[in-house]
Amino acid sequence: MSEPMSIRERIARRAEKELLDGYYVNLGIGIPTLVANYISPDKQVVLQSENGLLGIGPYPSPDRVDPDLINAGKETVTAMTGAAYFSSADSSAMIRGGHTDLAILGGMEVSAVGDLANWSIPGKLVKGMGGAMDLVHGAKRIVVIMDHVNKAGQPKILNHCSLPLTGKQVVNRIITDRAVIDVTAEGLLLVEVAEGCSIEDIRGATEPPLLMSETLLMNAY
Amino acid sequence: MKQILLSFQDAVSRIPDGATLMVGGFGLVGIPEQLLVALADRGTRNLTVISNNCGVDDWGLGLLLRNKQIKRVIASYVGENKEFERQVLSGEIEAELVPQGTLAERIRAGGAGIPAFYTPAGVGTPLADGRETRVFGGKEYILEHALTADFSLVRAARADRMGNLIYNKTARNFNPMMATAGKVTIAEVEQLFETGDLHPESIDTPGVYVQQIIVGKQEKRIERLTTR
Repeated sequence: MSEPMSIRERIARRAEKELLDGYYVNLGIGIPTLVANYISPDKQVVLQSENGLLGIGPYPSPDRVDPDLINAGKETVTAMTGAAYFSSADSSAMIRGGHTDLAILGGMEVSAVGDLANWSIPGKLVKGMGGAMDLVHGAKRIVVIMDHVNKAGQPKILNHCSLPLTGKQVVNRIITDRAVIDVTAEGLLLVEVAEGCSIEDIRGATEPPLLMSETLLMNAY
Repeated sequence: MKQILLSFQDAVSRIPDGATLMVGGFGLVGIPEQLLVALADRGTRNLTVISNNCGVDDWGLGLLLRNKQIKRVIASYVGENKEFERQVLSGEIEAELVPQGTLAERIRAGGAGIPAFYTPAGVGTPLADGRETRVFGGKEYILEHALTADFSLVRAARADRMGNLIYNKTARNFNPMMATAGKVTIAEVEQLFETGDLHPESIDTPGVYVQQIIVGKQEKRIERLTTR
């Protein structure tokens, strides 16, 4: 059990570096939500929750639980000092209208041109896309965080997504347990390699060809 | 002055079989919970329900699902409800899944007299198949149609006798737009105040959108209790 937790933590800790001081950020459900646990105290970041809260605070202590105050994952939360509440229509305006600096989302597959699939597996029951399809078109920057390969060891970064898309050409950066890869006009650009991995490991676990960044960092995280 | 209903049985008694309902809430937060209990007890059938989620198996809209009172659902996420999955797989219920922001805007448009609008959400996905699209400024958008309902069931923290509503924290969610998009909006409220006791500056939903009010004690069940 401890091994999967440490992979999730590694990804979340690296993803935290994407949050810059002053950013308004939406964190998706799952591993993206964990990123909030690692936000450096020297940055002021405002987290948006699509159910109508700007300024998500930490989870409440047991005596401060408010049943009317949850995040988009339906977990009880608190509101930070200076927070704001609003409707679901205002919430999507904030996202779709380009007012959110960054969204960090989970992914099932990402393609060489930044297509994202993260909501539906044919043959399995569809649970719904929630706010993901709005987010990928609205936030100024989309970072997808996920395991580099699936449970069968197959690449999740593909020439073309096989699963139904959430959005086409929407992803800016992919952060996995093994590497950080940018989606550029020229193709996928390897910018960081995690500890314990070689460039050849990453190439072998990634279907599209990878360009090498001139500032490629090894053992980056 | 609005009609103040005295029982939840009475409140749902004018909702006929086959009605289209909007139901406020995100997860179990801000749902009109006692109206849903009364609707489940009454057994009104063949309902079309527009709601972000569909409750959990034993609460909220899950009560109506269990009784097979719903024939069609328009929602953005229904993954918390096993009975819903079962009914979709067996073809007993029809489900239309809509991106959350699109759902909110379709309801807002319905209440605001806007018949349709273009949005980028869903472009390049299976949702766009066979749909009208248009390019604005070099970017592609999908045409989405407004939603309205026969009845909107909303939940607010406070109301006054003029029908003005104030919500609490994240229990606001879909309730304000739904209040505007129902032919008849029934507001289930935690507290009813005399006219003049709510400050006009602090009203979230002006009373023009609300037809009926009922005061209900809320259980406010928690779906995922998470603490430090």
